[in-house]
Amino acid sequence: MGELEGKKHVQYIVSVEKKKDSFEALVIEHLRLNGAYWGLTTLDLLNEIEAVKPDEIVQWIMQCQDIGSGGFGGNVGHDPHLLYTLSAVQVLALLNRLDVLDIDKVSDYVAGLQNEDGSFSGDMWGEVDTRFSYIAICCLSLLGQLSKINVESAVNYIVSCKNLDGGFGSIPGGESHAGQIFCCVGTLAITGSLHHVDRDLLGWWLCERQCKDGGLNGRPEKLADVCYSWWVLSSLVMIDRVHWIDKEKLTRFILNCQDKENGGISDRPDNAVDVYHTYFGVAGLSLLEYPGIKPIDPAYALPVDVVNRIFFSK
Amino acid sequence: MSTSSDEDDVERIPLCSRPEWSDVQPLPQDDGPNPVVSIAYRDEFRETMDYFRAIYAADERSCRALELTTEAIGMNPGNYTVWHFRRLVLESLNANLHEERDFVDRITFQNSKNYQIWHHRRWLAEKLGTEAANRELEFTKQVFALDAKNYHTWSHRQWVLESLGGWENELEFCCELLEDDVFNNSAWNQRYFVITRSPLLGGLQAMRDSEVCYTSKIILADPHNESPWRYLRGLYKGEIQMLISDNKVPELCLKVLEINKSNLFALSLLLDLLSRGHQPSDELRAVIGALRSSQDIAGTHGLAATLCLVLETVDPMRSSYWAWRRTNLPTGVC
Repeated sequence: MGELEGKKHVQYIVSVEKKKDSFEALVIEHLRLNGAYWGLTTLDLLNEIEAVKPDEIVQWIMQCQDIGSGGFGGNVGHDPHLLYTLSAVQVLALLNRLDVLDIDKVSDYVAGLQNEDGSFSGDMWGEVDTRFSYIAICCLSLLGQLSKINVESAVNYIVSCKNLDGGFGSIPGGESHAGQIFCCVGTLAITGSLHHVDRDLLGWWLCERQCKDGGLNGRPEKLADVCYSWWVLSSLVMIDRVHWIDKEKLTRFILNCQDKENGGISDRPDNAVDVYHTYFGVAGLSLLEYPGIKPIDPAYALPVDVVNRIFFSK
Repeated sequence: MSTSSDEDDVERIPLCSRPEWSDVQPLPQDDGPNPVVSIAYRDEFRETMDYFRAIYAADERSCRALELTTEAIGMNPGNYTVWHFRRLVLESLNANLHEERDFVDRITFQNSKNYQIWHHRRWLAEKLGTEAANRELEFTKQVFALDAKNYHTWSHRQWVLESLGGWENELEFCCELLEDDVFNNSAWNQRYFVITRSPLLGGLQAMRDSEVCYTSKIILADPHNESPWRYLRGLYKGEIQMLISDNKVPELCLKVLEINKSNLFALSLLLDLLSRGHQPSDELRAVIGALRSSQDIAGTHGLAATLCLVLETVDPMRSSYWAWRRTNLPTGVC
């Protein structure tokens, strides 16, 4: 089996090559906070978080906060949104700098986005999706502020998105999709509500995502993609069914998606790499207990030692 | 007011050279001294975003601001702040939302997996009200012609049906999509959505028999298709007794095994039926007996356990799952 080119991936993340026509350059500006989360979590998983200077990052993150609402935008000067607020909290957690936050202000922003039916909107414009339920609950839990929302109605909304195959969609009736399943199972895990999941039924749906090439897809009859190594795998770990997939074949698939020359991981073998897939590939390998990678928490999507520091150090 | 962005046809004039922008001082992005993720920008993109930041900071809600967001969106439709600001400008200008919808139609085709665009569509449709229903349903059909599994498009279509109506032809639409591609899991999901939620059809109970008939035909035509098997189970949701005593289901499985004796879905469904207390027919016993011989399975095992052993061989990727099933068979199962 091929090996993980850890050092190459670190180099890739620390300095993405300056290419004028790069696709990544065009799209990433407004979601740089997400990019920071993907990049820095990967560095930490590879035991190389020292490669970056925390003070500058913290300073930049705080500039992304919208003073009025308390939420964070994807970059300086961008409107606040739940997506970037979670990334901000996660990166600050990684760097052990949650102390810079006005916890009440951030939590109030997140809690204020809960709707009457228990769902969450992404921002003031009202888009609803179970992704936002997960984001809100993960964020508030890391800040110790779950009491600010109606947890019961949040859980009920998730349950209303459960489908006949045991999976979950983005809205009630929405097709089961591995990404949405991660969000819903993660929400239920964090709120202590996993009894709502039919573990055997969902576990079977999830392990059926494994394709002949060993990779995982996100829905029936779709292609395997490295990012599902996270969405599917973390869900399986949370419901204690990860032994149902062929771990060796999946490991081989992820390793085959590496660019061994320049570092980085792509969605499938021989495609262009990006920071997003690099993170999900390494995170997936962490769940598969690949040597040399720190263990990652499947619900909080942060290294286990970071999560322990937050919950057990007081 | 122009809302088109024909960059490919006409050479772009830099904003700094356009007289109508001469009063604006563009605001550059501050990347910080050591960017976490180093980025390179195409020059035009950088300039457009610098001007956008100036207009955004000044909260200028003018026609030229609207055009600028058009240009910015054309270059990077993922920038959600540009979309937010565009909505504010549209509201302040009391803009023509039908023209806006035309613009969004064009952008959507080029970027059909973009969350911001679909959300903007929904915002527009909410403002336009129920008159927008048919147009939205038609539009999603056009997107499906290019990508029939687009998750965003399906979410949007479901929202339109529930909020604005238009259920009349939905089941027929599912039939058409399944004729195009019977493996389309999204279309199967939508079919379930329609039969359970349409106010015009009477619900799952009323539709069960005809749907079992429809699904069985499809399964027999191609038994390797994962989706109709799951759909079939879904038709008996909450009715386990009905599922295990309806002979149609095991008979279907046996017919499939005649065509393809190691069909994973047929074997797995038979296993589930037996696990829930289904009383096997002589024919079923015989088929499992034959499988036991052909797979050289030694020792005495019940029917369900035998199926587990067969499945371990025909679906080796998930052998741990089938082994687990075997050790977790309820007591008293055949």
